[in-house]
Amino acid sequence: MFNVKKSVATVVAAAGLAGLLGVSPGQAQTLNVVMHSDLKILDPIWTTAYIVRNHGYLVWDTLFAMDDKLAVKPQMVDKYEVSADNLTYTFTLRDGLEWHDGKPVTSEDCIASIKRWAAKDSMGQSLMARVAGMKAVNDKTFTMSLKEPYGLVLQSLAKPSSNVPFMMPARVAATDPNTQIKPEDVVGSGPFIFKRDEWKPGEKTVYVKNPKYKPRSEPASGLAGGKVVKLDQVVWRSVGDHQTAVNALLAGEVDMIEAPPHDLLQVVAKDKNIKLFNANPLGSQYTFRFNVLHKPFDNEKVRQAVLYAFNQKDFLNATIGDPKWYKECKAMFICGTPLETFKGWEDKLNSNFDKSKALLKEAGYDGTPVVLMQSTDLAVLTNLAPVAKDLMEKGGFKVDMQAMDWQTLVSRRAKKDPPDKGGWNAFLTSWVAADVLNPVMAGFFNAGCDKAMFGWPCDAKIQELRDAFAKETDPAKQKALAEAVQVRVTEYPTHVHLGQWYSPMALRNNIDGNIAAPVPVFWNVTKK
Amino acid sequence: MLDFIARRLVAIIPVLTVVAIFVFLMLRLTPGDPAAIIAGDNATSDQIDEIRRALGLDEPIWTQFLIWIGKVLQGNFGESFFFKKTVAELIAQRVEPTLALAVCTLIIAVITAVPLGVLAAYRHGSLLDRCVMGFSVLGFSVPVFVIGYILIYIFAIELGWLPVQGYIRIGVNFWGFLERMVLPSVTLAVIYVALIARITRASVLEVLNEDYIRTARAKGLTNRVVLMRHALRNAAVPILTVIGIGIALLISGAVVTESVYGLPGLGRLTVEAVLSRDFPTIQAVILLFSVVYVLINLVIDISYTLFDPRIRY
Repeated sequence: MFNVKKSVATVVAAAGLAGLLGVSPGQAQTLNVVMHSDLKILDPIWTTAYIVRNHGYLVWDTLFAMDDKLAVKPQMVDKYEVSADNLTYTFTLRDGLEWHDGKPVTSEDCIASIKRWAAKDSMGQSLMARVAGMKAVNDKTFTMSLKEPYGLVLQSLAKPSSNVPFMMPARVAATDPNTQIKPEDVVGSGPFIFKRDEWKPGEKTVYVKNPKYKPRSEPASGLAGGKVVKLDQVVWRSVGDHQTAVNALLAGEVDMIEAPPHDLLQVVAKDKNIKLFNANPLGSQYTFRFNVLHKPFDNEKVRQAVLYAFNQKDFLNATIGDPKWYKECKAMFICGTPLETFKGWEDKLNSNFDKSKALLKEAGYDGTPVVLMQSTDLAVLTNLAPVAKDLMEKGGFKVDMQAMDWQTLVSRRAKKDPPDKGGWNAFLTSWVAADVLNPVMAGFFNAGCDKAMFGWPCDAKIQELRDAFAKETDPAKQKALAEAVQVRVTEYPTHVHLGQWYSPMALRNNIDGNIAAPVPVFWNVTKK
Repeated sequence: MLDFIARRLVAIIPVLTVVAIFVFLMLRLTPGDPAAIIAGDNATSDQIDEIRRALGLDEPIWTQFLIWIGKVLQGNFGESFFFKKTVAELIAQRVEPTLALAVCTLIIAVITAVPLGVLAAYRHGSLLDRCVMGFSVLGFSVPVFVIGYILIYIFAIELGWLPVQGYIRIGVNFWGFLERMVLPSVTLAVIYVALIARITRASVLEVLNEDYIRTARAKGLTNRVVLMRHALRNAAVPILTVIGIGIALLISGAVVTESVYGLPGLGRLTVEAVLSRDFPTIQAVILLFSVVYVLINLVIDISYTLFDPRIRY
């Protein structure tokens, strides 16, 4: 017989226990994610750190975005017009765009945001050097007038990686670009809202669905299209230890790891509840950077010798290991992109040690050791320097490899001092492919002497070609110019590309809808 | 006694001064530039210089030190280079997990190690004694993170009894808090148990050979009374000393344990701050650890008088 008393008691007891355990009925659909790093800085314009860029894509939106074919598509912009002389761009914003505080997104907000971004970003600086002025026509329409035709206006505004031209309210964008915005100013118009009161660095960062966000009608593609949010909240859990993050995924405590280390992929793949998903089909590119200020790399011929001594496979095998997750590619602007070309590199990166030695002899190399900085605390970089040392020594170089943590390397690479006084000759790093898609975007091609990135290459011809590329609006001619830059880099080496590699995310099987894009994004994702 | 406490408290000042100077100089002399780290990989030298200026890192070291120490004397530990939060706020957010871990570890360690040590001494040379000593050697030898991963594998992944990582604040959900404290506390307690059990055994063993123990036994007291009231109480001073010294072990162990179990405590804050060269945070945390260490040892010194009336200050 049905015992009412007992049933009520059971329900009450269960409710009490549930309350004690913190379980509430109809729990929000929450995606628990372990990102590659903890979020400490909130301003994606102030820093170029990728974790802050990823945070930016949740909170803020962009005027334009690149789809999965790297074509530029309008995002916040509804329509745009380019004048016949290519000197005036008119942008009209979509209807219903609203900041998280309820105020409408206006032209003035966008103009202020572009200015702040351009003050920090190299593509932005290049763009603003050609901009005569920006003017709000009305609340939803603004114009950008150029001094001369510039082929990268839309590509700049759709720049996918750091610094991304995120649109911010004018009052926030008025912040000095060299000052970080305040946590209370993390107000965007993007698909998620940053929960400032729940942001606990070292513990978690919480984003909730923006109920007022109006996604575009097109399907999501790359970073473009409709950003339809299908989760109630996304929580970035800070788990400092990779093994712990993997254990938490196996135990179902987290739903996704953005970038599990390659040596743990096999462990993850063995579990039937876990799947791997390569969200960034273009991957990342390993790079060897020269410092041209000091001997022996102040000599172009000596740098050319490195191009012959290296081969990509040794680097990729030593770091990634499994060929499933890497690709040899001699195209500096990434294989599989519109600017893919192998020109100039056909006979290089084949470990032709005889040619390397011959070039060193021709250059009069006197045995000055190359001070090679090795970062030892990032698994994806640690083994690069020993391979470089080995190949260079086989190619006739003397190498002084110095081990240090990545942060020390980052500090030291900014120093122009000679290697024996705390400076350096070379180091290895990795770029997300989205950062190196063309010669203007990719910072290591900047050969503007003191204005160039660390390594400070100085070559007027490269600069002319980059400038011509920036001005060119015809894609075919742009490709020819990119090819010319690539060839010129074989004559005046600024850096060496050492292959592409991929870092899949690890997901529980109940997570679906992840979008392939150069940046991990959380719209379209579902949790069953 | 009050005079002793006052003297010990005053003695903290030179200790902290030396710690402050040492930490400040060490951080400035070791390689690594917070401005370059903040700026990110794509930053230019100009951008890094701008950030360095904004953080005041372009000033001479002694100017930086005087500015910092001046603020510290006013109770202001400055603002973290990264978090756009005051260091005091950051520490306040992170104290609870570390404190909880330390207290749980101490409780587990003391209630396990002291009886084990006493029993090992009482059954000197027996299998139990050898097991305790063997465990003690093992506890010292196996690194904390190895113990952590083994426990996680068994109890969280294979058996699914306990969570792998994370922390729930005690005020939010008590059972959730307890669940998440078990594995980290046991992990960290292993080395502590090894240390205390070994010292307890040695101290009790020494006391058991004293004349007054023989007298107590001759009076017909039970073994339990002899052990607990006479032997253990007289052996307590070295045990308390070890517990005090072990606080340093606890602090260093917490750094590793918090990383392995994803606890958002002061240990992880220290690691993160060191890796990102967040000078104000590192300086404040090290000063805090120093104060805690000194104060706990003061409390231990005072507690000697409770166990041994011959000790007076």
